[in-house]
Amino acid sequence: MGEKNMDLKPNNLSIEESLSLQEELESQQEILTPFKLIRRKFLKRKPSVVALIILSIIILAVAFAPFIVKHDPYELNMTNSNQPPSREHILGTDELGRDYFARVLYGGRVALQVGIFAVIIQIVIGTIIGGIAGYYGGWIDNVLMRITEVFMSFPFLPLVITISAVVGVRISPEQKMYLVMVILGVLSWPSLARIVRGQILSLREQEFILAAKALGIKNTKIIWKHLIPNTVGYIVVNATLGVASAILQESALSFLGLGVAPPVPTWGNLIQYARKMYNLQNRPWLWIPPGLLIFATVMCINLIGDGLRDAIDPKS
Amino acid sequence: MSQVLLEVKNLKKYFPIVKGFIRRKVGDVKAVDDVSLYIKEGETLGIVGESGCGKSTLGRTILRLYDATEGEVKFKGVDVLNAHKDQMKELRKEMQIVFQDPYSSLNPRMTVSQIIGEALIEHGIYRKGKELEDYVVDIMNKCGLARYHMNRYPHEFSGGQRQRIGVARALALNPSFIVADEPVSALDVSIQSQVINLFTDLQREYNISYMFISHDLGVVRYISHRVGVMYLGSMVELADKNELFDNPKHPYTQALLSAIPIPDPTVKRDRIILEGDIPSPANPPSGCKFHTRCMYAEDICREKTPEFRDLGGEHFVACHFAK
Repeated sequence: MGEKNMDLKPNNLSIEESLSLQEELESQQEILTPFKLIRRKFLKRKPSVVALIILSIIILAVAFAPFIVKHDPYELNMTNSNQPPSREHILGTDELGRDYFARVLYGGRVALQVGIFAVIIQIVIGTIIGGIAGYYGGWIDNVLMRITEVFMSFPFLPLVITISAVVGVRISPEQKMYLVMVILGVLSWPSLARIVRGQILSLREQEFILAAKALGIKNTKIIWKHLIPNTVGYIVVNATLGVASAILQESALSFLGLGVAPPVPTWGNLIQYARKMYNLQNRPWLWIPPGLLIFATVMCINLIGDGLRDAIDPKS
Repeated sequence: MSQVLLEVKNLKKYFPIVKGFIRRKVGDVKAVDDVSLYIKEGETLGIVGESGCGKSTLGRTILRLYDATEGEVKFKGVDVLNAHKDQMKELRKEMQIVFQDPYSSLNPRMTVSQIIGEALIEHGIYRKGKELEDYVVDIMNKCGLARYHMNRYPHEFSGGQRQRIGVARALALNPSFIVADEPVSALDVSIQSQVINLFTDLQREYNISYMFISHDLGVVRYISHRVGVMYLGSMVELADKNELFDNPKHPYTQALLSAIPIPDPTVKRDRIILEGDIPSPANPPSGCKFHTRCMYAEDICREKTPEFRDLGGEHFVACHFAK
């Protein structure tokens, strides 16, 4: 870092002299706000920047899908089924004659929404539980960690299958998307809670926490302003990995027919419908695009998470 | 000198030793055991002692950063240990602390101006904005930091500069009492003198009282008005600094002072070498805690705890034989 403090002052100078000397050298330097510093460090990491660009393109395409494709993803046209890619249908049509490109883009909406909201649920619950357990310790910590362990010991797939089977039949396909979000979020917070708790346990023994107490800072503020920001690196990495894994899990669930159900398209159930041997061999446009998009999205999010972690850490 | 600012009476801080799954209490570490002292306005009380003798715990317990087991702390007549929430918040403005480690005592995620300004906002003295900024810069200048340091993070500073940030943070609330918990022991000797001079300058300007904790006898002699010596959680001797350094009464103090190196190789000195190790504070010796290592120890020392008594002229000693 070029703006690193250059402490060259000789010791025989008094404080005032050396300061004025230093000041001449340093005062012209631009004052870097934390945000500028983070942005600058992030932009130095080329893979993360490329990943950010690719992800932005994917997100924009998915968000503005209605302006990009002319077709409705739910519009049936039985006379025009199973078409190969053409000028009219960029990725052809599926067996019910629906435009496949439209379905892929709309499918991305579901995948990204599920990923992001599941992670928001995970972060909110995980950070609060981990933060409280770590800061207060004692019996509070004990109770919260036992609850966390209970959640951790739920077998993931059987539980999801059961919930989907019991609740899933009573709700519409659109609502099923929200069910998947909640299931993924509620089942994935324990690992984050444990990470946050562990971090806070070691942080709260640091002297700056004692200093904050001596200054009369409120407990809630100590948690939110002193402890949580120091765990942000871990939370960000966990969150990005969480978005990626939530997208993968949603795909897997939809692929098994337990997640978001047709006619609502998602990348997972699109691949599921393309998995017949004939399609795999002769119609690669049905499974390569959604597969590639899952891969690209997950990969980009992970790279961005990596870059963000390094950028946020003031010590790097 | 002037009025008594802080008075500590029979303060005890025991840390429980817990064992096993159900956290059964099996004993206590007697970190601070029956300490009494007072500090006057504008005065520096030096506290010396070996590592682990409870110096830091004493300072932190006085500030109620740790909950005291027993005893009384009075600050300007207010009972600190039993003050309720609002009272405590007011007291926090008056009593501050500077820590030993300039690395772990500053939040790495906050800029210098946030570190110094945080308490001012919390106590409603200033709101975010120009006025707060000016005040923070003012404090920073007093502590030898420049305006352009404001938006930097602690890791961009050297140890001495970080310690200045720590002092500035403590000073921002305009306290009348600061516990300096070994503030210079982590610094280079040249930087030490700068920081010590900062402390004395600030005392002269604002009439702040310090409790200066250190294991460096030279530093303590330089900065203090009175000095207290601690051994195994208890105060063994407390007197005016010249009286204590020239005329130590307690055998432990005598041994401690004989260990100060003299920067002259031709001078032959009589060091008092103490036998054995410092006993565990979880299981301190009976009677006088020092009797296991004391060359003058007699039966009475094993049986009876010596009283912390005034020999005259505010020279307090906890020894049966001191005259």
